[in-house]
Amino acid sequence: MAPQLSHKPKLAVWKFASCDGCQLSLLDCEDELLALTAEVEVAYFPEASSAEMKGPYDLSLVEGSITTSHDAERIHQVRRVSKHLVTIGACATSGGIQALRNFKDVKEFTSIVYARPEYINTLSKSTAIADHVFVDFELRGCPINKYQLLEVINAFLHDRKPNIPTYSVCVECKRRGNLCVMVAHGTPCLGPVTQAGCQALCPTYHRGCYGCYGPMESPNTQALSQEWQKLGVSAVDLVRAYRSFNAYAEAFRKESDRHEP
Amino acid sequence: MSRKTIKVNYLARVEGEGALYVKVRDNKVKEVQFKIFEPPRFFEAFLRGRKYSEAPDITARICGICPIAYMLGAIHAMENAFGLQVPPSIRLLRRLIYCGEWMESHSLHIFMLHAPDFLGYDSAIAMAKDYPELVQRGLRLKKIGNHILSLIGGREVHPINLRVGGFYKLPTASELRSLVDDLSWACEAAEATVQWAATLPFPDFEQDYEFVALQHPTEYAITEGQLVSNRGLEIPISAFLDHFEERQVPHSTALQAVLKARGHYLVGPLARFNLNFDQLTPRAKAAAQAAGLSGTCRNPFKSIIIRSIEVLFAAEEALRLIATYEPMSQPVVDYTVQAGTGHGCTEAPRGICYHRYRVDAQGDILDARITPPTSQNQSMIEADLWQFVDRYLDLPDDQLRAQCEQVIRNYDPCISCSTHFLKLEVDRKN
Ligand code: SF4
Ligand code: SF4
Ligand code: SF4
Repeated sequence: MAPQLSHKPKLAVWKFASCDGCQLSLLDCEDELLALTAEVEVAYFPEASSAEMKGPYDLSLVEGSITTSHDAERIHQVRRVSKHLVTIGACATSGGIQALRNFKDVKEFTSIVYARPEYINTLSKSTAIADHVFVDFELRGCPINKYQLLEVINAFLHDRKPNIPTYSVCVECKRRGNLCVMVAHGTPCLGPVTQAGCQALCPTYHRGCYGCYGPMESPNTQALSQEWQKLGVSAVDLVRAYRSFNAYAEAFRKESDRHEP
Repeated sequence: MSRKTIKVNYLARVEGEGALYVKVRDNKVKEVQFKIFEPPRFFEAFLRGRKYSEAPDITARICGICPIAYMLGAIHAMENAFGLQVPPSIRLLRRLIYCGEWMESHSLHIFMLHAPDFLGYDSAIAMAKDYPELVQRGLRLKKIGNHILSLIGGREVHPINLRVGGFYKLPTASELRSLVDDLSWACEAAEATVQWAATLPFPDFEQDYEFVALQHPTEYAITEGQLVSNRGLEIPISAFLDHFEERQVPHSTALQAVLKARGHYLVGPLARFNLNFDQLTPRAKAAAQAAGLSGTCRNPFKSIIIRSIEVLFAAEEALRLIATYEPMSQPVVDYTVQAGTGHGCTEAPRGICYHRYRVDAQGDILDARITPPTSQNQSMIEADLWQFVDRYLDLPDDQLRAQCEQVIRNYDPCISCSTHFLKLEVDRKN
C-alpha cells in the first residue's frame, strides 16, 4: 500500500551500531503509540514498517554509534534530510558499550571474535553521532526512558525546548525518598555523577547506580572516586565502573584514565 | 541473455539490518546469501578482563528485545562455574520474568512485524486503520509482558534487578498478584489470537528440519534443561561446543552456527513446540489442536500460530508461578567465587542462546563465548530461501521479493543478536 499523503510532520528513525533497545522504547509506548501516529507521520522506521517515505524529515531519531567508514558517511546523509536530529541512547550520545574498543587495539578484538578478521571492516573507535554531525538534542540512557522520548518528540513538534533535567540521579533519588545505598549499606553508587532520567531506578531496587545515563553536567567525579576508595573500591574496579555503557563520554573517560594502573 | 536484478533498500520489519542475495541461472537457484551487515560490536572481546558480575548487564546490551535471555545465560554460566544452586523461589522469579519476555517479544513479532505480512500492510500502524481491535489486542498483550519485566526487573529494556545468586530486591507476593487480572485477560486474548492466526493464508511449504531445543523433565523448558533434537541429539548444555561450531562466512558479520555432524538446524518456537508439545498446558494444547497443529509442524510460516500458542502458555505459566510464589528473606544467596568454566543456555524467544565463560580465582573473565539464536538459524534461513525461491521462481519479482522477506521474518531474526539488514537482490541470468 502506498503511504497516503498528509501534512503531518514526518518522523524518521535511524539505526547505527546498537542493540535496538532505544528504538524499541518507541514501540514500548503501547498506550501512546496510536495517538502519536495520529499526530506524526512515521515516514521512515524500518524496524516497524516497510513503507518508506522520502525525506526531508521534520524529526530524525538516531540510535547507535559510528563504527564503520560506511556509517560515517551515512550519518551525513541522514543529517542532510533531517530538519531536526535527536540522538537517542548511550550508543548515539557517547559511543555506547562498544566504545570499550577505543581503549584497546581493535585488530586484537577482531581476531578474538573472528577466525578471518580480514573480512571484517571496522573503525578503530566507536564514536558518538555528535562527533560527526550537528545534533539538535541528545537524549541519554542505556536504554532511554520512553516518557522522556515522548517529551522530546512533543517538544520538537511544538518548537519548544525539551524539558529534560540535567541534574544528578541523587536528586531524583532523594525526591523519591530512597535510603541512600552508599550511606546506609556502603554500596558504591555512581548516582552523584550520573544524569537523572531513570527516576533513580537502581537505588530504588537497593542497587548502586552504574551510570547508564552517562555523566551529568560538570560532575565531580574526583570527589566520588575518593568516596568509593574509602569504601574499599580498588583502582581496577573504579576503571571498570567508569568504563561501561558511557565509557567514552568525556567526564567518565578522563576519570577512568586517572585510575588506570 | 537477460539479466535482472531486484533491489530493496532495506529489509524492513526485522529488528535490525541485513540483506538477501539470490543468484538464479537458467531458472535454477545457484546461490543464496543471507547477508548481515551490522557493524560488529565485539562483546566477546571486551568481556575479557571484566568482572563476572558485570557479564549479565553487559551482555544484555547485545539485544534490546531479549535482554533476559542474555542476562540469565550469563548468570547461569557464572553460577555453574561457582557450583551454585539457587533456591526454588529465585528460580521461579527467573522463569516468571522470562515468561514476560516471551509475551513481550512474541506479541511484538506476531502483531507488529509478522501480521502485516499476512494481511498485506506495510506496518501495524497502517494495519490499525482496518484492524484496530487486533492491533490494540497486540499492544495490550505486549504491555502485559513488559509489565512483568518492569515489575520484577525494574524496567522493560535492560532490567537492572537481576544478578548472580538472585536479585537485588524481591517483589512481594501481593505485588505479583497485581498482575493476575491482566494475565487472565491475556490468556483469553492469546487463545483468540491462536484462532485468528490459524485462519491466515499459509503457503504450502513443509521442510525436513532438524529441530534443536532445551528439554526439561518436568516443564516446558525455558530457563534450563538438556539439548535435544528430533535426530537423536541428547546432550548436557556443557557439551554444546563439542557438537556445534560457528563458521565465519565472508558475506556476514554474524557467525553461523552448525551442528558438526549434520549441518544446519532450526531453533525457536517451532523446535520447542515440536519437541516439547506434551509439556504445554492442557489449554495451550487444546488451542493448538483446534488450530490444526497436533503432530509436528514443519511449515515455518505457521510459526505465527506457534508464537501465539506460546503467548497463551506463558500467560498461564505466569499465573501458576505467581500463585505459588513465596519470597525468601534474602534476595540473593551467598556464594564463593572460584576459578572455573561455566555454561548457561536458555530459550530466548527466538531459540536457544548459549553462553560459556572461563573465570579466574578473582572472578575476572578470561574468555567468553556467546552463541545467539539468530546466528544458529541463519544458515537454516538460507536453506529455506533456496527451497522457496526454487519453487516459486515463476512469481512476479515483486511478489517473490515480498515472500522472501516473509521467509526471513518467519524466524523473527533479531539481527542485533547476531548483528543487522539492508537489501534484497535477485540476480537472474538465463
Ligand atoms: S544505548 Fe543501550 S539500549 Fe540504547 S541502543 Fe545502545 S545498547 Fe541498546
Ligand atoms: S543511593 Fe546513589 S543516587 Fe541515591 S542518594 Fe545515594 S548516592 Fe545518590
Ligand atoms: S540508577 Fe543509574 S544505572 Fe540505574 S537506571 Fe538509573 S542511571 Fe541507569
